[in-house]
Amino acid sequence: MTDIYLGADRATELEEAAVDAALRTRGVDPVVQPETERLYTSGRSRRRERRHFLLPALHALQNAVGWISPGGVNYVAEVLDVPPAEAFGVASFYDLFRTEPPDHEGDTFHVCVDAACQIAGYDDLAASVRASGAHVHFGPCLGQCERAPALFVQGCGGRPDYVPADAEPFVLPQAGNPDLRLLRRIGVADPESLEAYLAHGGYQALRRAGQMGAEAVMEAVADSGLSGRGGAAFPTGVKWRAVAAETGRPKHVVSNCDESEPGTFKDRIVMEQDPFAVIEAMTIAGLATGAANGWIYIRGEYPLATARLQGAIDAARAAGFLGEDAAGTGHDFDIAIWRGAGAYICGEETALFNSLEGFRGEPRNKPPFPTTHGLFGEPTAINNPETLLNVLDIVTDGADAYRSRGTERSPGTKLLCLSGKVGRPGLYEVPFGTTLGDLLELAGGVAGTGELQAVLMGGAAGSFVGPDSLDLRLTLEDTRTAGTTLGSGVVMAFDTSVDMTDVVVRIAEFFRDESCGQCVPCRVGAVRQHETLVQMQKRGALSPVRRELIDEMAEVMVDASICGLGHTAASAVRSALSLGLIGEAPSS
Amino acid sequence: MFGAGGGTSSYAEVEAADLILLWGSNAREAHPIFFHHVLKAVADGARMYAIDPRRTSSAKFADRWLGLSVGTDIALANAMGREIIAAGLHDRDFIDHATSGFDAYAAHVESYTLDWAAEQTGVPAEAIREMAHAYATAPNAQILWTLGITEHHNAVDNVVSLCNLALLTGHVGRWGSGLCPLRGQNNVQGGGDMGAIPNKFPGFQDVDDDEVRAKFEAAYGTELNGVPGKHLTLMFEAMEAGELRACYVIGENPADSEADVEHARKLLSGLDILVVQDIFMTRTAEMADVVLPASVAWAESDGTVTSSERRVQRVRAAVPPPGQARHDIDIIGDLARRLGCDWGHPSPEELWDEMRALSPMHTGMSWERLEATGGIQWPCGSEDHPGSEFLHGWLWADDLEGHDPAPFSVTHHAPPKEQLSDEFPLRLTTGRALDSYNTGVQSGGYASPIRYGDAIDVNPTDAAELGVADGERVLVSSPRGSVEMDVRLQPDIPTGLTFTTFHFPELVDANILTNDEWDPRSGTSEFKAAAVRISKLDPEPAPV
Amino acid sequence: MTAAGTITETAVTLTIDGRPVEVAEGSTIHAACVEAGIDTPTLCWAENLTPVNVCRVCVVELEGSRALVPSCSRPADDGMVVQTDTARVRHSRRMVLEFLGSGVDLSQAEDLQRWMEAYGADPDRYADEDHPVERVEEPVKVQDELYIRDYSKCVLCYKCVEACGDDAQHTFAIAVAGRGFDARISTEFDVTLPDSACVYCGNCVGVCPTGALQFKSEYDLRQADEWRPEDQSVTRTVCSYCGVGCNLELHVQDERIVKVTSPADHSVTSGHLCIKGRFGWQYVHGE
Ligand SMILES: Cc1cc2nc3c(=O)[nH]c(=O)nc-3n(C[C@H](O)[C@H](O)[C@H](O)COP(=O)(O)O)c2cc1C
Ligand code: SF4
Ligand code: SF4
Ligand code: SF4
Ligand code: FES
Ligand code: FES
Repeated sequence: MTDIYLGADRATELEEAAVDAALRTRGVDPVVQPETERLYTSGRSRRRERRHFLLPALHALQNAVGWISPGGVNYVAEVLDVPPAEAFGVASFYDLFRTEPPDHEGDTFHVCVDAACQIAGYDDLAASVRASGAHVHFGPCLGQCERAPALFVQGCGGRPDYVPADAEPFVLPQAGNPDLRLLRRIGVADPESLEAYLAHGGYQALRRAGQMGAEAVMEAVADSGLSGRGGAAFPTGVKWRAVAAETGRPKHVVSNCDESEPGTFKDRIVMEQDPFAVIEAMTIAGLATGAANGWIYIRGEYPLATARLQGAIDAARAAGFLGEDAAGTGHDFDIAIWRGAGAYICGEETALFNSLEGFRGEPRNKPPFPTTHGLFGEPTAINNPETLLNVLDIVTDGADAYRSRGTERSPGTKLLCLSGKVGRPGLYEVPFGTTLGDLLELAGGVAGTGELQAVLMGGAAGSFVGPDSLDLRLTLEDTRTAGTTLGSGVVMAFDTSVDMTDVVVRIAEFFRDESCGQCVPCRVGAVRQHETLVQMQKRGALSPVRRELIDEMAEVMVDASICGLGHTAASAVRSALSLGLIGEAPSS
Repeated sequence: MFGAGGGTSSYAEVEAADLILLWGSNAREAHPIFFHHVLKAVADGARMYAIDPRRTSSAKFADRWLGLSVGTDIALANAMGREIIAAGLHDRDFIDHATSGFDAYAAHVESYTLDWAAEQTGVPAEAIREMAHAYATAPNAQILWTLGITEHHNAVDNVVSLCNLALLTGHVGRWGSGLCPLRGQNNVQGGGDMGAIPNKFPGFQDVDDDEVRAKFEAAYGTELNGVPGKHLTLMFEAMEAGELRACYVIGENPADSEADVEHARKLLSGLDILVVQDIFMTRTAEMADVVLPASVAWAESDGTVTSSERRVQRVRAAVPPPGQARHDIDIIGDLARRLGCDWGHPSPEELWDEMRALSPMHTGMSWERLEATGGIQWPCGSEDHPGSEFLHGWLWADDLEGHDPAPFSVTHHAPPKEQLSDEFPLRLTTGRALDSYNTGVQSGGYASPIRYGDAIDVNPTDAAELGVADGERVLVSSPRGSVEMDVRLQPDIPTGLTFTTFHFPELVDANILTNDEWDPRSGTSEFKAAAVRISKLDPEPAPV
Repeated sequence: MTAAGTITETAVTLTIDGRPVEVAEGSTIHAACVEAGIDTPTLCWAENLTPVNVCRVCVVELEGSRALVPSCSRPADDGMVVQTDTARVRHSRRMVLEFLGSGVDLSQAEDLQRWMEAYGADPDRYADEDHPVERVEEPVKVQDELYIRDYSKCVLCYKCVEACGDDAQHTFAIAVAGRGFDARISTEFDVTLPDSACVYCGNCVGVCPTGALQFKSEYDLRQADEWRPEDQSVTRTVCSYCGVGCNLELHVQDERIVKVTSPADHSVTSGHLCIKGRFGWQYVHGE
């Protein structure tokens, strides 16, 4: 649609081929179509239909030559009719894209520096990687906190990305436990086989949903009391109903698989070990809400989960469980996978839409909400995969059976990501209402000194609780009353040997690094907060004026930021201060 | 002619259009702020077709670009008309109610089949058909054009061919649909408003209408000549015939801007007396016997101008004129005094009031209202009239408000006068670049980082055939003369076509090449269609 | 709008600071504040641009909303109860202004300075001797004779990006690049303006609230310490180039035009011009 201007830089053959391949496999032709020498077709609608292929095209460039070069940007700009300045603005937003020539040969080894890996000693890992001659890049949580310190290898020169730890056999700590609901197929059914999935009860829920009809499905979900597991705990039934009520425009179901909250790895394990379940649940969501388009937005650091999901989609489609009249329900539904490129903020639902659509991953102001103005500005039901997983049992067993677990206000079971100083880090499923102490016991108790100093609940966006909270019942209502959160299910334990100042300064740095930079309270506040804590660390104490300033900064970030990142950027810091974990001698 | 005088629609209506035909206009560069309004429509989902021999920067925003051969606009428009009728998409009720001559038009365009038009224009029939259907079925549609339509030997026919389409479909006379000719200069419209055309008094009132003339004679207290005067091109013919011996040129630079400019210069220098009133020492001024330095109208003096949407707006003095430069009113007043008429020293406001007392379409525009508002669109008959966003609303009135029905016109396809030949096998067309303007006397005054330069755009395939490279200096010849220019490879123009701007006469006298064939009715020359040849300067480079 | 284009507007009534205010449906809370005569600071908002609501200096307290809401973009609904001058609102506005002042050079941002004073913002309290704070420090980009870019004055209000993009110019020569505190307004790979898509309409300069983008004519005068706004007159006239009829505001100092803007509320330009209208005046002062 535009008279875009391209500078003199041209893509190499390698770059062009990589972009062409990425777009061709997705069926995308260039926006501008010369039909004859004197007839060209292009225009706004062709352009809009293609903009969201920017992200896959940039991935192709990065993977082919290790960076997004000016010539590469120009080529993508020409094919998708995206202004080069915008394409550059998008590329430079993401950690996994470089916009300068790489200063090293070969793949990039990303080493996590967040809390779990901090206390597990990421330095040693980095040193050994370097010793092997590879290039190390330090970055935020890689979603493998249970096997900290974590490593992710970003391929270059066309080589695929991989996670070395994926080569090891997967172990579920609760394997064999008959009480497992959400995790019952994990480690039991082969995640790469549709037959195995079917043999273990797969696609019974969708069949049942097809018989029940959309309205009954929605009623069951509403009656179940299911709430979102992505962090905000919004009632899923309410969300779906709002989307179902929208008519006359295309509608979408998005599975938010960006999972980047430090300490969180539950979605990864579910996607890797039970991918068909995610696909089936999304199909049910599409049926219930009347949406025909399914999207999985998955973080770029999850190559195995991406491959397994893609395999599951392909197999499901081949077997008629996706596509026109999916599984004979009379409803059309299909799913596409979009890979993120390293940005925590892209897990925020509206930032995710922007990112998927090929724009910078900046959150949108709400209202309007995704249920009316979501992906491509159209009605969208966006859910965390764990939320979706719950739907399967709700549909097959009914809301009452579902409510037989958990508490009145927090029905069902919860996946919890145990990491840090516990005996058996990993993914656990317990009914809501289990106490924190029991959960830690289940995970092998406190490791290290054996003496608990603090637990980080809900991740970097959550808060710390002290050893006096072992009786805390893990429900939405109890954690709220206690001034903390379950968030995305992070339970990260710190024994008395851990220097909490290091941990908290890193959390502050995480927000500084991950703020999208759009709004002033968060863009500047996160920097000033981090600087203040660094100063505290240097001086060994926090002056009352600076202590006050932290609260003042927190207040504006909570009150005036656009999105949840800014709203929560100070919460762990403040809880650490009020628990006395930092800023003054712990025993006061 | 129906549609004469001014654009029927406002810019705001263009924003609301569902379909836009951008015909022979590179508004993106020539009328950039108007194009902002177009882009609003496009961003809101309007479909746009660009009809232009070049794939201009404007055309790149279109859903479809139809690169018709230079000078085949009537073939295309009539074929659209035929297709609309054949498909039954014309607005029968509107045609019966508000127009005349439909049957003759329909019979005439019958021979303009899609296939024939495709052959003439070079544009596939399917695209013409699609565009015709899109135009006819759109709720609101606008046709926008500029010099690509008017700088032809058959300019008037080109324009009425487009008007025919609007009449056929009822896309005129109501909010949102219309015809917008874009004026090339800031006060072309205002000049017409004020009677600076050979056959009109202010307010487009005919000089040969006795009643009108009597009104002006009474007001001016003098007898007025009722014989229409000559437009610019006729003036040059009269110079050639020796009938016109004295010329008073105000704010024009014909010694640079006329087609076949060498010839024009010869005629100007043969005059008995040439008086030039200008803000610059232009090439024409350099040839003059007397030069009257004028103040810069828009920044050094008060007055009004009229825009392409018929909006009359105030210009105001912000800085004093330099040296001996004076307000045009003072110069003309003094000249009149020397010739024996004392017109006093009227202020711009007094002159305006005199004019609006005589021009009904301006009567309601008091100076105070013009001061207080962002301009008023004519017609505006009384001081409580808000001004008119669009024209010809009467077409939809039950009784046509006393007007005669709007006539269809029969127009014939006639290719450019200057045919391509073996000797001159390439078509040369001219146009504007964004940062420059006309002959560059004003726009040359600032350091633009985006100057297009004096190159001739050539399709890479043609260049390869000619054996010329990007940036190579070549000789460009037309039947009238030759100039040296640099080649710029430009994939956005089809083979067989070349293009240049006319902003840099000091670098390249492009108008030496252009054709002065002109439209007998509008007096506009065929700047858009010369035949040229490109030859290498140095066919066999000496070995180093 | 003419008779044919008129849409009947329904009104909504909301309460602002205890007073009922009536505005047309679709108006923002900010518009309602203006209607009620309440001075509300804005930075990223402009009447000729789509609200991006990023600066958050205009926030107000809305009953029933957990966080404060940006008044510049939030539509006014019937029955809303809004507070514009509570301690929470004042705190957030002061902090936003302080944050900005702590990171960029606001010496030429006159509106912001006025508000900083009004809200008691103290941007210097973040740094002390052993605690320097990160600021945006970049050399001034002087790459042509028409306008300069000094991003150490940039508050990242996105206005220039919008004006260059789909709110007006559709050239998209500049975009936000990078992330977080490192986000900057940039051409692709930071190429110079003459090498970029820029067509020098100056519409970005026209909307920049801080002097980060500045006409070269103004920049040169400021460098020579000869920029005197108090001695300048502004005259409205019409551009002398094409026939569109763009309104110009000629800013004149010492009988010379020193810059050209366009009124944001004019129906022809909405405040936007092209290179000729914006910079083509220089011949007036030619020899
Ligand atoms: C900074 C930020 C990051 C987020 N990251 C994720 C994420 O990685 N995965 C997720 O499901 N939700 C994430 N969310 C929450 C989503 O915005 C949204 O609430 C969720 O996807 C809704 O799904 P649910 O209702 O099933 O929980 C994040 C929110 C914020 C503010
Ligand atoms: S709160 Fe932070 S992450 Fe969220 S929009 Fe604002 S700057 Fe971006
Ligand atoms: S001058 Fe115009 S084109 Fe250039 S960056 Fe500014 S808004 Fe964009
Ligand atoms: S350069 Fe100016 S307009 Fe652009 S973001 Fe910065 S402060 Fe805003
Ligand atoms: S992988 Fe390191 S903290 Fe999560
Ligand atoms: S003015 Fe409202 S957020 Fe910037």
